Amino acid sequence: MTESKVVLHFPPHLVDKPLIYKLSRDFDLEFNILKASVTPQEEGILVLELKGDDDNFQRAIAYLKENGVDVQALTQDINLNYELCTHCGLCVPICPVSALVKDGETDEVKFVKEKCIACELCVKVCPYNAIEVSLNA
Amino acid sequence: MTKTIQEINEKIKKGQAVVVTAEEMIEIVRKKGEKQAAKEVDVVTTGTFGPMCSSGAYINIGHTKPKIKLGGGEVYINGVEVYAGFAAVDIYIGASSLPPDDPRNKIYPGEFRYGGGHVIEELVAGKDLVLTATTYGTDCYPSKELRTLINIRDLNEAVLFNPRNCYQNYNVAVNLSDRIIYTYMGTLKPKLGNANYCSAGQLSPLLNDPYYKTIGIGTRIFLGGGTGYIAWWGTQHNPGVQRSENGVPLSPAGTLAVIGDLKQMKPEWLRGTSMLGYGVTLTVGIGIPIPVLSEEIAYYTSVKDEEIYTQIVDYSKCYPQGISESLGQVNYAQLRSGKIRISNKEVPTGSLSSYVKAREIANILKEWIKQGKFLLTEPVEKLPQAESDYKFKPLKIREI
Repeated sequence: MTESKVVLHFPPHLVDKPLIYKLSRDFDLEFNILKASVTPQEEGILVLELKGDDDNFQRAIAYLKENGVDVQALTQDINLNYELCTHCGLCVPICPVSALVKDGETDEVKFVKEKCIACELCVKVCPYNAIEVSLNA
Repeated sequence: MTKTIQEINEKIKKGQAVVVTAEEMIEIVRKKGEKQAAKEVDVVTTGTFGPMCSSGAYINIGHTKPKIKLGGGEVYINGVEVYAGFAAVDIYIGASSLPPDDPRNKIYPGEFRYGGGHVIEELVAGKDLVLTATTYGTDCYPSKELRTLINIRDLNEAVLFNPRNCYQNYNVAVNLSDRIIYTYMGTLKPKLGNANYCSAGQLSPLLNDPYYKTIGIGTRIFLGGGTGYIAWWGTQHNPGVQRSENGVPLSPAGTLAVIGDLKQMKPEWLRGTSMLGYGVTLTVGIGIPIPVLSEEIAYYTSVKDEEIYTQIVDYSKCYPQGISESLGQVNYAQLRSGKIRISNKEVPTGSLSSYVKAREIANILKEWIKQGKFLLTEPVEKLPQAESDYKFKPLKIREI
């Protein structure tokens, strides 16, 4: 079983092709769209969480590449620097997926990395520059 | 049953004082009642750690050879404009000051990653900072230019002096418009997307002494990790607002001006702060001890979040236009739960003030007092009281 977050760049001529539908039908992959920016005539960007059989996963990625889609592993890695965090909680209502939450017992802010979709909305909102973006290939 | 501050100080010196935090006092009064609590507890410690824009530090950098008169000139520290309208080498670093080349909100929303608040944090951290100045020459102060590194250890005086801190209660900010807005209360998502508040509630100093019966001018306090004093009442002090039966104001009310030796302070309690689309400020740690002189004081210090109410204010229209209108009131237990209801909508809450750090400050101050390192002071003068006619007035613009 492979589970991975990937960033797909579509050249303009592929934007109207049902490629994601194929991932599900021909390769039996589960997909969850984390971020999508697909506009006709322009390059499209899709951030997906893909899950499926190892073999199918590899064949699906090969299929996308053959069709001219640029596939990259999700490289933005978000981290909460607890040295800088004051646990104020200003970021909590800004996070769209509840990856930043307040612990009901201790009142501390917790970063739930597995939920983070790297949208970066919290990065500029944090008054103490405690949310860091790093590049992880 | 009444006690005096002198009696409490005698106990502190002997290491016999009973000191608890405002959070702990809630339980004690609930279990034993105010009468017994007043007998047993000598001091209740409070704390708050939130952004306070009316903050700053004045420093005296010492004279150069030949001498220079910075007063009337232009001075920058790490590129941030500082105020030099004093004598030759006294300058004031304001928390919200910015470098002249910061784009502000020209690229909206501005990020405001470095300003006066950050200069103060780095100064306290013991970093070398770059001071540059240009000015005019005089017969007694002939130099016109200065470029040097400065460090807090070499300064003659470095004093934190904040004209307004420690707000007694504050608004809950929401956005009723259909676009995102960037305010000093944080980023507010459209159509009641979130509700931001800024108070340590039951731990907050002035909410535990709602009628300023013990906190006054001259009170010794925890300030930025060192000891400081209440210098005066804060600007915009507004004690006459409507209050609940328990005496707690229902909207922003009292404020404090505080002062203390910056050289004793610690950068973790004075944090440079960037508010997206708004500007730079300083987050200040303050803790105030409340002597439990009577049952009445025991009662006030047992106030809990459920009993502290505040007003929900629209920051898309009402606040900027100066329209005083409340969308309703909520208490701090509701706010701290993570969501509140406004016109039948569930709205997630965010906080600017750190409850975790407020609790840490109350505990540090408690330890200082228990160890006999911190004695209480008698206020030399009272703050303007609730029944006085002291008011926070708007400016009426007059034709010139």
